Amino acid sequence: MPNMNNGTMRELTYVEALREALTQKMRADDRVFLIGEDIGVYGGAFGVTAGMVEEFGEARVRDTPISEAGIAGACVGAAVAGMRPVGEIQFMDFVTISMEQLVLQAAKIRFMFGGKATVPMVLRMPGGAGTGAAAQHSESLENWFVHVPGLKVVMPSTPYDAKGLLLAAIDDDNPVIFVEHKLLYRTKGHVPEEMYTVPLSQTKVVRQGRDVTVVATSIMVPRALEAAETLAKEGIELEVIDPRTLSPLDDAPIVASVKKTGKALVVHEAVKTGGFGGEIVARIAESEAFDYLDAPVRRLAGLDIPIPYNRTLEYHTVPQVENIVDEARRLARGEF
Amino acid sequence: MVDTMAQTSVAEIGGERGRTLLRQMMTIRRFEEKAQDLYSLGLVHGTMHLSIGQEGTAVGASAALTRNDYLLNTHRGHGHCLAWGSTPDRMMAEFMGKETGYCRGRGGSMHIADVEANNLGANGIVAGGVPIAVGVGLSIQFRQTDQVVMVVFGDGATNEGAFHESLNMASIWKLPIIYLCENNQYAMSMSVERAFNIERISQRGCAYGIPGVTVDGNDVAAVYEAVKEAKARAQAGEGPTLIECLTYRWRGHSKSDRQAYRTREEVREWQDRDPIPRFASWLSLTDEQVGALWKEAEGLIETAVSFAQASPEPDLSTILEGVYA
Repeated sequence: MPNMNNGTMRELTYVEALREALTQKMRADDRVFLIGEDIGVYGGAFGVTAGMVEEFGEARVRDTPISEAGIAGACVGAAVAGMRPVGEIQFMDFVTISMEQLVLQAAKIRFMFGGKATVPMVLRMPGGAGTGAAAQHSESLENWFVHVPGLKVVMPSTPYDAKGLLLAAIDDDNPVIFVEHKLLYRTKGHVPEEMYTVPLSQTKVVRQGRDVTVVATSIMVPRALEAAETLAKEGIELEVIDPRTLSPLDDAPIVASVKKTGKALVVHEAVKTGGFGGEIVARIAESEAFDYLDAPVRRLAGLDIPIPYNRTLEYHTVPQVENIVDEARRLARGEF
Repeated sequence: MVDTMAQTSVAEIGGERGRTLLRQMMTIRRFEEKAQDLYSLGLVHGTMHLSIGQEGTAVGASAALTRNDYLLNTHRGHGHCLAWGSTPDRMMAEFMGKETGYCRGRGGSMHIADVEANNLGANGIVAGGVPIAVGVGLSIQFRQTDQVVMVVFGDGATNEGAFHESLNMASIWKLPIIYLCENNQYAMSMSVERAFNIERISQRGCAYGIPGVTVDGNDVAAVYEAVKEAKARAQAGEGPTLIECLTYRWRGHSKSDRQAYRTREEVREWQDRDPIPRFASWLSLTDEQVGALWKEAEGLIETAVSFAQASPEPDLSTILEGVYA
């Protein structure tokens, strides 16, 4: 049951929820340690690990040199040798430097060795635009990892899920790419104080509605919910679905929803071409929901450009609430 | 090049142990020759990277460690696997893609691992295992055991960026890692003369504030001594060591190599420094004793081939197994 503080449900920010998960897990399991750039005294570029070095010391909250391949490799090796490392890549963009260790080592070790090794590691990283950080600090690269069997890809959209999914990811015996969003870090929500897990590969229907299924990831979940409130006033009811784990994907709730609504819109921040939306559309098209479709399945995603610096250009590069409202309304009205 | 046999090792790797090590070298040699034959016959497919000529490094290095330590291996790693204690039977089965192989036929020659024996696998990516060693070293340090991890790689790996990141991290955290560089003179076709502007790869140790030593990789005792010293240093909490073993691969890089980049004279010159007769002579063995060991090694390989041939193929229904835990 939810914890009650002074008669109200306790609220934490997304950052605080992540920190609480890490702190509680490190108290409970001495195999867990943190490794990354500026996560110690500095507290992490976005403050996720603020204050943790004081409780756990420099060995378990380990600052590294600027060495993203080294961080990923350290996680792989520690995991194979019995630890449960949680690495931090300061910005998701920098994970490009870790790719060999993640794609060719972490993801493949178990299969390649005949199922005889496990790689229980988590690599956290913030993606996303909206902070004016321009093209090399704003990427949403999650679908690169979705394309790699052996990796799990998780993208929490609420403080509750951030804590529960992170605890589940640390418990998982596979390498997990844990994608946070910079603009979600300061969002608040109900977070129970006790340790709990949100199971991986469990898609969630976050809002029920009869007219249009909206499958959204990460920051697009709160934006889709806001769009749904707007459209509800017009009598259009969106059903908003958050996959939470992108791979391996639990697609059953999506198929079931589209069978009900007959209309589907996929929303994500990453560029449209080659993005996760294509996978969702394909799963719908291949499923029994195909016969129930009353309109083309639509994708609303980032423009196929690098993230621009200029405030206005940046804003219009990725889907905003009004874009979701427009697109869903047109779908509901049969305008496609 | 240090070209004298280290005499202090006689007690440790001479006598009966020495004969076992010599037979290991012979087993490696015959294993790889047989693997190449089977490849020619179409019984082994894909590719393989033979270490013939480098057996002294593999056997000397493993002899200085226990199976409680960890091994991270290179793509040219059959010798290190056998020296670590992998059986020729299950290795040959892996080469033939059989279910009884170390990786159930999923890995092949380039990915042999025996995780239960702390052999964390050969790596198809040059320098791929080098950053992983940092994590294994951290695990040892966290668990406060007296284990060490040896990561083996070629000269080519030391020009990868991951090498730099790994050695620096290992040094600042004083991790119990032995970086064993097998300098076999070529990264595929790129000779060390063309790829480096330094005399010795071991000089790079100073860039990280760690010892770098160069030894004759065809001298079992010299390799053994260097690894033993590095292990002692690691166990004393003094951190990693970079060991460069000078050696030579007699065969091509892999199965597609026409060896246009080197001369037959050069190969012959190195074949004259064959580590196997050298170690036999260091052990002062008679020709009969040496011949008997060759026979034993050949017997092991025959048994391995029979075992592998009699083993079942993986069942197609298991194709999806092992992707996720």
